[in-house]
Amino acid sequence: MSSTTQALTDGWVVAQRNLVKIKRVPEVLVFVLISPIMFVLLFAYVFGGAISPPGAVGYKEFLIAGIFAQTVVFGATFTGAGLAEDMQKGIIDRFRSLPMSRTAVLVGRTTSDVVYNVLSLLFMALTGLVVGWRIRGSAGDALLAFLLLLLFAYSVSWIMAWVGLLVPSPDVVNNASFVVIFPLTFVSNAFVPAESFDGVLRTFVLYNPVSTITQASRELFGNTGGQPAPDAWSMQHPVVYTLAWVVLILAVFVPLSVRQFKAASSR
Amino acid sequence: MADMIRAEGLVKHYKDVVALAGLDLSVPEGTVLALLGPNGAGKTTAVRCLATLLVPDGGSATVAGVDVVADPRGVRRRIGLSGQYAAVDEYLTGYENLTMVGRLYGMPKKRSQERARELLDRFDLVDAGDRPSKTYSGGMRRRLDLAGALVAAPPVLILDEPTTGLDVRARQQMWEVIRELVGSGTTLLLTTQYLEEADRLADDIVVIDQGRAIARGTADELKAQTGGERVEVVVAQAGDVETVRRLLGVHALGDVQVDDRSVGAAVRDGTAALRRLLDDLDTEGVRVLDVGLRRPTLDDVFLSLTGHDADTTTTGDDAEVPA
Repeated sequence: MSSTTQALTDGWVVAQRNLVKIKRVPEVLVFVLISPIMFVLLFAYVFGGAISPPGAVGYKEFLIAGIFAQTVVFGATFTGAGLAEDMQKGIIDRFRSLPMSRTAVLVGRTTSDVVYNVLSLLFMALTGLVVGWRIRGSAGDALLAFLLLLLFAYSVSWIMAWVGLLVPSPDVVNNASFVVIFPLTFVSNAFVPAESFDGVLRTFVLYNPVSTITQASRELFGNTGGQPAPDAWSMQHPVVYTLAWVVLILAVFVPLSVRQFKAASSR
Repeated sequence: MADMIRAEGLVKHYKDVVALAGLDLSVPEGTVLALLGPNGAGKTTAVRCLATLLVPDGGSATVAGVDVVADPRGVRRRIGLSGQYAAVDEYLTGYENLTMVGRLYGMPKKRSQERARELLDRFDLVDAGDRPSKTYSGGMRRRLDLAGALVAAPPVLILDEPTTGLDVRARQQMWEVIRELVGSGTTLLLTTQYLEEADRLADDIVVIDQGRAIARGTADELKAQTGGERVEVVVAQAGDVETVRRLLGVHALGDVQVDDRSVGAAVRDGTAALRRLLDDLDTEGVRVLDVGLRRPTLDDVFLSLTGHDADTTTTGDDAEVPA
């Protein structure tokens, strides 16, 4: 068996183990699902009256793609916290004494978090539909948007996996991630139009991958209201630009995390 | 008989602390070696190096003929490890824990399920098998962990303090299970803080302190080195202490120790010495509050081998180690 095949089969065994926790501690799932729903409702009704996006589209319709992007990026925190928790527990010694793939724990964790993201996207979409969001493009495009969101989330998971292996306890992951994830998601077009930023901040917004995944989703869901994308290559080609980020993040953080895992587990 | 575990001059540092200072071990096939020592002596570090969880800084080791540094995965295929802290997933049931381990050993799903049921049955966990292991008692968790180490029926088993923290009943159950395993030909390395445990389970004992072996032999050989059994007498009146010291001195192998009204000494033939001492005390009219024959404990072994108490031992490179 090649090492990649073994990483995948062992990773799937570990992912199944992670998912059993949903069955045993359903409370975890409740919070995974409630917080995005809360975000949809909060933003839609708190900012909905104050912000009016350009183009023929209401704020709720503008907002949903942004909330999707924000939630899946936040979801990566689970990956980091989950790994940090694994590293503290006795089970990691069992894994390390088995002739299994050394990356299976990482592959398993990032894979099981895709399932969390699928569930939270599903619940957010349903909440969105209830408050007035509509998919105006084709079903195929909408599916593509969801896939792109999941793929982007998967790559961010690997960043947080690395963070989770660096820090001493799961709590630190939560705090550390806020410092990075809040600026990334708020200094973007997720909640306010890119046009409302100036200068350096505007440049950051235009090239922030959270903006481009949001832009890509809006276009694929048909939620732009005919408003043309901002004049930047990244925003003009949001799908390609986002995919480039996904590849870049994975190329950097998969090896980094694997190396950190090996280092952390041979202390 | 070939050595299933062999370590030569294993060295491991943690920053400036020396955990292993050149440890040599050999465990012939089908035998049990107990690594006996207090907390911080380097037992767990030794086990982790042999089980490929740690890379040693110096020396070499092979397990089932496979080098632990050159081919760690080869070693992992041939060992079962059960640690001091049960390595089970608390959200998974006993059955799920074992099938997961089986599949990570590369077993087909069906085979891993059969094996899990077999092991649950063998370790008396059938009733608890479908409950999350979180609900298990300490002893059950430890048995599940041991079952996890046996999933692939490895030829070499490494147990790190398998009974530390267990109550008397759970400890005895564990001993029974381990004895059965050894009976079926598994080579076993176990670490323990209890001489009694090493005595019951092991063919050979290596006493470890400050990261190196300070004595080796069978339990009887070690006890003989330690001075065998001890007679302890507690008298009612302080004035009798001197008499007891004199009478016990006749049988004592070394010095007679006096602590307040308690007098003790290592003796050769404990039962005979005790009988004669009691007769003598009776003749002298000494009123005795308590008298007993004590087998040497780890503390005694330690005191005699190192000159310091087991519980005051620290891992470090500054303490004296007798040749």
